[in-house]
Amino acid sequence: MFDSNTLNPHRSDKFLLITLRGFSALAGITTVLILLFLIAESFPVFQKFGLLVFFIDSSWYPREQLFNLVPMMTASLLAATCAVLLAAPLGIFSGVFCNYYAPPKLAWIYRRLIELIAGVPSVVYGFWGLVVLVPLILNIRPPGASLLAGILVLALMIFPTMALASDSIFHSFPKEQLNGASALGFSRWRTIFSLILPSVKRNLLAALSLQIGRALGETMAVLMVCGNVVQLPKSFFDPVRTLTANMALEMSYATGSHRSALFVSGLILVLLIIFLVLSAEFLQRRIQND
Amino acid sequence: MGYKMKKLFCEIIFPILASLAFFNIASADETKLTLTGSSTVAPLVLEIAKAFEKKNPGTKIDVQSGGSSRGISDARSGLAHIGMASRDLKPEESDLKNHVIAKDGVCLILNKKNKIEKLTDEQVVKIYTGEIKNWKDVGGADAPITVVNKAEGRSTLELFENYFKIKNSQIKASVVIGDNEQGIKTVAGNPNSIGYVSIGTAEFDARQGSQIKLLAMGGVPASIDNVKNGKFPLSRPLNLIVKGELKGLAKKFIEFAQSPEVFNIVRQQYFEPASK
Repeated sequence: MFDSNTLNPHRSDKFLLITLRGFSALAGITTVLILLFLIAESFPVFQKFGLLVFFIDSSWYPREQLFNLVPMMTASLLAATCAVLLAAPLGIFSGVFCNYYAPPKLAWIYRRLIELIAGVPSVVYGFWGLVVLVPLILNIRPPGASLLAGILVLALMIFPTMALASDSIFHSFPKEQLNGASALGFSRWRTIFSLILPSVKRNLLAALSLQIGRALGETMAVLMVCGNVVQLPKSFFDPVRTLTANMALEMSYATGSHRSALFVSGLILVLLIIFLVLSAEFLQRRIQND
Repeated sequence: MGYKMKKLFCEIIFPILASLAFFNIASADETKLTLTGSSTVAPLVLEIAKAFEKKNPGTKIDVQSGGSSRGISDARSGLAHIGMASRDLKPEESDLKNHVIAKDGVCLILNKKNKIEKLTDEQVVKIYTGEIKNWKDVGGADAPITVVNKAEGRSTLELFENYFKIKNSQIKASVVIGDNEQGIKTVAGNPNSIGYVSIGTAEFDARQGSQIKLLAMGGVPASIDNVKNGKFPLSRPLNLIVKGELKGLAKKFIEFAQSPEVFNIVRQQYFEPASK
């Protein structure tokens, strides 16, 4: 790798170096400041009640000093993971279709369509979920607003960005190797399955971990369709509340320990995402070593 | 170079970031007012503010919603000139002063398809605490009840809790909602649900063709008129909250918001003007 000292010490380079360092430092500092801010805001409730209350209290009634966050952590993780499990194969195969099966004109139209869907704001998905999806699920089992509704809306939101990411991953796959495969007489499916997919596995994984982060952080759409009842779901039809919905619902109405406890939900969310990023990194390294 | 960069950050950029964080939005400026608080009061105050700005050119009124608790804490901390709250001040909030600008009621709503026409207070409590889980137990169809509750901290929930003398932890909700509109959409989309929202919003939406109906309470039909004559049991004042002595632009604005000039605006929002 380049060291900044081995670079050519031209004046223009120096300027570029300073600017780049400045921007990356700013980005880094912002992240650290956000984390410090969350810790500082959560501190009063840690000091008063300790760390354990967030895991062992009987439930979440902050005004009655009960602060259990486990149901919400479970809901956030379940909704995000299931949504990604649903959207990822769809997104990846949509990329495969776009690059290797669709006629160019159709692929062009299809891409524009996906870009359009990717641009729809999350609150629109939430509203659609509330007035269309929730009543549909209600017909199967009340109350309709449920973990399932959240998963479906999240999957719908993640799918287009996953499709676009995998599209560009497949697009940048070297043409020489494709020609080589066809010279060897590989079928189209064999080429995709045995050549392309294994070699872009890492990039797909990186795209995937970004999507999980996004699903965990999504707020408005989830708040509108999930029902927001704090409980451990026994089935996909049970209403749940995610960490993000918890903050959005109560933050502007909270004072004192209640407010501080909401910052703890934020802190836990950030820690969850850090954990996810690190484990994705670890997985990528293992794939590379193989 | 590395050292210089560090110095740059320590001496220039960090202080700027830090001062941004502590920047106070309610700086002393006699042409600008900031109001924050209750999501029930905010739309009304926004309309009043428009009329006020028209009448007093050069003034700028900034209205942000975020709940009564926020309104009260912002008025106290000085983050806003005036706080908005849709409830009475509590004893521990006696350092603040409230000015009533309108009255609103909270009522129970059902889906229009539900055959139930009235529920006693006792039945409502039993439904919300999970003792009654099916509409057939109160004379309705054989269908499970979807209980719609408000999120913790909302003044509508506090008013509801106080009236029915139940605690939030006793309520067995099937859906928890944020603002009134979300509540109305949820009940309108589910024939077996029950919820409670502001009468003003509910009456407005029902008139606009929303699939909901308002339940009478203690024999008194839920309507703005019954809030006005004080008959409706579940009602609340819409307050503007200030700390310390009322003066300057804030005084002018509150006097305007209580004057007969704005009564039409208040009625258009389906609230009842507070007659002094």
